[in-house]
This record gives sequence, structure tokens and C-alpha cells, in this order.
Amino acid sequence: MIVELGAFALILALALAVLQTGMAVAGRLRRSPVLAGAAEGAALACAVAVALAFAALIQAFAVSDFSVANVAANSHTDKPMLYKVAAAWGSHEGSLVLWCLVLTGFGAVLTRARGLPFGLKASAVATQGLLGVMFLAFAVFTSNAFERLDPAPFQGGSLNPLLQDPALAFHPPFLYAGYVGFSVCFSLAVAALIEGRANSSFWPAWGRWVRPWALASWAFLTVGITLGAFWAYYELGWGGWWFWDPVENASFMPWLAGAALLHSAVVTERRGALAGWTTFLALLAFTFSMLGAFLVRSGVLTSVHAFAVDPERGLMLLAILGATSGAAFALFAWRAPRLKGGGMFAPVSREGALVLNNVFLTAACATVLLGTLYPLILEAANGATISVGPPYFALTFVPLMAAAFLILPAGPLLAWKRGDLKGVGQRLAVAAGLAILIALLGWMAFEPKKALSGAGIGLGAWLILGTLAEVAERVRLFRAPLAENLRRARSLPLGAWGTTLAHAGLGVFVLGAVVETGYRVEAARPLAPGQTIEAGKWAVRLDSVRVVEGPNYLAEQGKLTVTLRDGGSPKTVTAERRFFPTGGQTTTEVGLDFRGLDDVYVVLGERGQTAAGEPAWNVRVWWNPWARLIFLGPAIMALGGLLSLLDRRLRLGVNRRPAA
Amino acid sequence: MKRALLIAAVLFLTAAPAAAQEPPPTPDRPLPDAAQEARAQALFDDIRCVVCQHEAIADSPAGLAADVRALVREQIAAGRSDEQVRDDLVRRYGDFVLFTPPLRGGTWLLWFGSLAALLAAGAGLWFASRRRPAAVEPLSAAEEADLARILADQAVRPDPDAKPSDD
Repeated sequence: MIVELGAFALILALALAVLQTGMAVAGRLRRSPVLAGAAEGAALACAVAVALAFAALIQAFAVSDFSVANVAANSHTDKPMLYKVAAAWGSHEGSLVLWCLVLTGFGAVLTRARGLPFGLKASAVATQGLLGVMFLAFAVFTSNAFERLDPAPFQGGSLNPLLQDPALAFHPPFLYAGYVGFSVCFSLAVAALIEGRANSSFWPAWGRWVRPWALASWAFLTVGITLGAFWAYYELGWGGWWFWDPVENASFMPWLAGAALLHSAVVTERRGALAGWTTFLALLAFTFSMLGAFLVRSGVLTSVHAFAVDPERGLMLLAILGATSGAAFALFAWRAPRLKGGGMFAPVSREGALVLNNVFLTAACATVLLGTLYPLILEAANGATISVGPPYFALTFVPLMAAAFLILPAGPLLAWKRGDLKGVGQRLAVAAGLAILIALLGWMAFEPKKALSGAGIGLGAWLILGTLAEVAERVRLFRAPLAENLRRARSLPLGAWGTTLAHAGLGVFVLGAVVETGYRVEAARPLAPGQTIEAGKWAVRLDSVRVVEGPNYLAEQGKLTVTLRDGGSPKTVTAERRFFPTGGQTTTEVGLDFRGLDDVYVVLGERGQTAAGEPAWNVRVWWNPWARLIFLGPAIMALGGLLSLLDRRLRLGVNRRPAA
Repeated sequence: MKRALLIAAVLFLTAAPAAAQEPPPTPDRPLPDAAQEARAQALFDDIRCVVCQHEAIADSPAGLAADVRALVREQIAAGRSDEQVRDDLVRRYGDFVLFTPPLRGGTWLLWFGSLAALLAAGAGLWFASRRRPAAVEPLSAAEEADLARILADQAVRPDPDAKPSDD
């Protein structure tokens, strides 16, 4: 019964989305606030309906109602409750309902936005409604999550065991909040293209409405991608965290476009400049989100992460992608030339630095796009198959980002309109000197000596120190009494702290990524209980292996002791090899020993025999130096995004007052 | 999933007539020479496991990956250069086997596309910055009125981000 209500709520939501679009368009054309208000009401009701449908779906999973095909295919009574609930968005159908929930939910929030001009708001609500119509129709007609099964099986097929992991349970909601959050930027951009004019006051206001959405989506996406990378790190048991896999790239492209968007929106907000470019990026970010959904769901790409793949639905997604983005970019090509924003600036200025940031970010995004799609295009064109993997991105993407990072700390120090490069150089001299020193120290500290890794360490330090130098400058550190420093620090807007955190977090990530990639040590060999394997300065002894029973799996559980090579500071880790009888899959549970910033990463492999005929287990050990920073950095970046977001609300309040 | 891959790998191998008697996957035996082993490890990261989704033979548990690892070690021990090992693999499996795509007619866009985009953007910006700014349009009457009102209204908030050089 509840399931039927859910199915009905989803159909109702589709009807409401159609109503929302129709009334918003009519309201805009007739300039009728009543119709436009009704459209907003429909948007709200639509979000509530999708939320009810989603709740019904979660309920079906929670009680293991196997008469629902989706539940039967993806759940199992033995599964822990967390994964029963998470399975609701682990399948294609369920994840689409989640997508619609975020889409309509954000659409409802958009209708509450205050201060938007009538036409702009009506057009944005209409666009958001149209997106809702397409995705809800997709969910209702081709991927119904509530389809019944008759007769109902006694037991379900269970969720892919690899996905039964806390990090991955929360990965899709964050990722989707990021992906779909860009839909609001998209709708606002389309509305601006329809309504906007070369008006000096329009674009700063528009920039102010778009920025919070770009910031929030980007921060969500940062968290989502980091959770995914962390999951890949400790669940797949291969010692790495990023492999430039097509599905990883699919989530990375909207992130890069979103990062470019939130920087260019700053220029549009503060100076009214770059209006066309910011609009373009807003369209691009959501286009990449849809492209990502298509790449992941269609199965056109081979990937370790491609779950719930279905070519036919992929085709539907491609059609939605083509229709929405095609129409939006056509609108852009038609209208953008007329939309000249104001705001002149010299090449050396804050605006200039942000433009440069955008050039590098979009070029980097283009690299990822090329690397992801080129094998497909080439195969379609002449049947040649190539692989594009980490070495390609190390040669193309990494230098681009390194160049961008070199100039990054100068950006926030430059004044608007016309900057003083010499003054900026003086303010950054100390940070630059220290960064070079750290690069040298890093080069000497790690074995084997690698010039590029040393330079990378210097770059990470430069990002952190250069960013801190900017804060030091603002609070007049060392140049004014402490009380004055504190007073200035308190009066800094949250947005400034957000920028500082995000940039410093990037530096933290760079340090971790460079050191982990450059200096990780790996070792593998079969161990009988009592035997030891060495990796770098660590020794790992296999103490015992026993069979344990989990809620829905059997596992060989190894207890291993990690010590320094001389036997000092011992710690015990547990590594498992789990076998899931439903589906017959095996997964690894990595034993992670946190040592300061480093990880000692232990994988228990298959059982075999030593030369003497004793039972032995293939143990792989990685020493991943500074690996903690790889995940800490993005967390700091997301926090920076959140801080800036809180600041937005305050400033909107300030700005609203004179208008009232 | 790894097990599924393993099964796929086994099926793949048994499908070949020559491998009717499928031997167990070759165990990993590091080369005695540390420098040679390091070269082998570096190569493993660039060689794709051709029966896997998107994994290097360094990371894949598939039997075929183990075989290729053994093959690479064998060849390095026999004194062949990295280049020769790569070429040999490409002859067997095609360009698909290397994660570094080849540089040839069909892939120049892949390798240089983003650089070209960067240069084009740079050139565009350079020309844009050299173009003389258009004459500033005079304010309309309404805007003049707005300006007068704003200037009169001292409630204009101080810009928190303002730099000394802005003042």
C-alpha cells in the first residue's frame, strides 16, 4: 500500500512539475504574479511529493518488501539496517528518485529566494520545472522504482557487497546534492539569458544569487568525491585512491567547472564583469553533471565503479542531456553577445587573476574531458582502441594545475580593477622563500630523492604559506599589536576565512598527494602465521587468521602486528577477506594503521601454501606516507565553502536593507 | 567484484584452446636485482590488465595480470629495455594495453588539445587586454538620480574586502 502511494506520489510529482512549468511560463508571459505564485506553490508541492515517494522507497527497503522488484534485486534481510536504507539509492531506479528529490527540493528552495526580479524568478522556476519534468518522466516511465514483482521472492539479491560500506552509503547523497545543485545555477543562467540585459546593476545582483548555489554545490561535490576516493582507498584494497578512472573523471569534471564558476561569479558579483562567461560556466557545470550521470549509468565506459548499468536508459539520459544542454547553449549563442556586463579592469588585478584561474581550470577540465571521451570517440571513428590512464593525466593535467597553483596565492592579494604586482611580490616574498626552503628539505628528507616530488612539496607549502600570508597581511600580523591583530581578524568577513581555508586545504591536499604518490612503498608475499613482511621502515607480522561470521558474510580475519623494523611501537590491525554467499562475491577489508600522517595499509589476500606445505596468506603491505592529508585537505576545502556560504546570508541581509 | 573479475579472467584463459590445461596464476616472485624490480614495478603501473575494467596489472588480482607481471619480469631479467617490453606488449594486445596513449596521427588532439585551448585562451585574453576600452557611456537621468540618492545616503556599507590600494 505504501509502495503504491510512493508510485502515485512520483506520478503526482511529474504532473505538478508540468503544472509548475506551464504556470511559470504563462505567468511570465502575462506578467501575472498570481500565476507565477501558483507555479511556486506547485514547485513546493512537487518537492513534497518526491520526498514522500522517496520515503516510501526507503520504507520498502527498510522492511525488505521483496514484492518490489527494485528491493528484491538490491536488498537482503541479512543486511544491516544502514545498508538496507542505503540500498534505496544504490540502484539505478532508486538513485534516480534521489536525483529528482534533490532537483525538486532545491527548486523549492529557489522559489523562497527573496529579491529576485519577477521575470528572472519566473523564468528560473520554469526552467527548473522543465528539468523536473524530464527527470521525473524518466523516473516514472523507464525506471520505475516501485514496480511490483509477482510472485514475490522470499529473499532478495542483495546490494553489491563492495557498496556495503559507511563511506559509500553517504557518498551518493553528497555527490547528487553537488551534481544537482548546479541545476539551480543552470536555471538561473537560462533565466538570465532570457531576461538579462546590458544593465550595470543586473549582473552584480545575478552573481549574488548564483554564488551561494555554486558554492554549496561545489562543497557538496567536494565531500562526495572525497568520500568516494576514501572508499576506493580502503575498500578496493589496491593501495591507491584515484586512478583517473572514467567514472572518477565524470564526477571531477563538474567539480572543476564548478570551481571555475564560483570564482568567475565573484567577478560578476563584485564588478559586473564576465557576465557571459559566468553564464556559460553555469550552463557547463550542470551539463557536466548530466554527462557524469550518463557516463556512469549507460555503461559506455569500462570502469571499476560502473554500477547499475543499462545501455537503453543511458540512451534516454543522453537524449535529456542533448535536449537540455543543446537548447541552453543555443540560447547562449543567441543571447550572450548582447549581454555585455560592466566593469573594466587592468590585466594585473583581482579580476585578471580570477580570469587566469578560470583559464587554467577550464583547460584542466578540457583535459579530463578529452582523456575520458577520446577512447570512445577514437573507437567509434576508426575502431582503434587506446587506454588513457594516470600517465596521460600526469603529463597534461598536473602541469596545468601546477601552473595555476603557482599564481594562486597572488590572486587574493591583488586589488580590484588595478593591482600592484610589485607590492604583492613583496608581501609574498617570505612565503616564497620558505616554500623553496621546504621544497629543498622535502627533497632531502625522503628516499629515494626525487626532484619533481620535492618541487611538489614546495608547491603545497607555497599554497598554504601564501594563503596564510594574505591573512597575515589583512590582520597586520607583526606590524600591529596583538589586540589590533585580533580585532582585525574578528572583523574579517566569513567569506575571506572561507577563501583562506579552501586555498590552504588545497595546499594540504597537494602535500598529501605528492608525498603519497612519490614515496609510497609496497611489498607483497605469502605469509604463514608468525612470518613477517617488511615495507620501508615498517615490519608487519601475520599473527593469526580465523574464520568469522558477519551478518551477511563469512570472513577470513587476519590479525597482524605492525611494528618499526627494530620492533618498536607495535600496533595490531585487522584485515579481512569477506565472502558474500548471496551473489558469491569476495571483498577485502583493509587493515589501516594510522601512524601520524602516514598509513600502513595491509591487505589479506587469498590462502595458499608455503614451499613447506603450510597454509599461507598472500599479504600485501603499503606504507603510504602523508596519506592522511589527501582526505584532510578536501575536508578543509569543503569547510571553507561552508564558511563562505554562511557569510553570503549575512551579506544578503545587509544588502536587502537599503532596498526595503 | 574482484572474484567476478577473477572468474572472467579464468574463463578468458580457458577459452583459448592452447590453455586447455589452465595452470594456476603465476605467483609474484620479485626480481633479485632491486633496480630491475623497481623498473618492473614502474612498468606494472602503466600496463593495463586487458580483462579487467580499468586496472593496471600492478593492482589487479586477475590471473592474466599475474601472468603479464611474470612476463615483464622475465623480459627485464633477460636484459630488455622498458621500451622493448612495452613494444612487445603492444604487438600482442594493441595500444589498449598501455595506459599511456600513443602519440600518432589520431591522438594529437588528445595530447595537445588542452594546451591548444590554453594558448588560444591566452592569446584571446592578450588581444582583449590590448583593445582600447570603449568610451564610457554617460549615465542616464535615472541613473544620475540613483547615484545622487546613494551618495546622499550615508548608509552605504564599507567594503569589508577593500584593500588599502582601493581607498
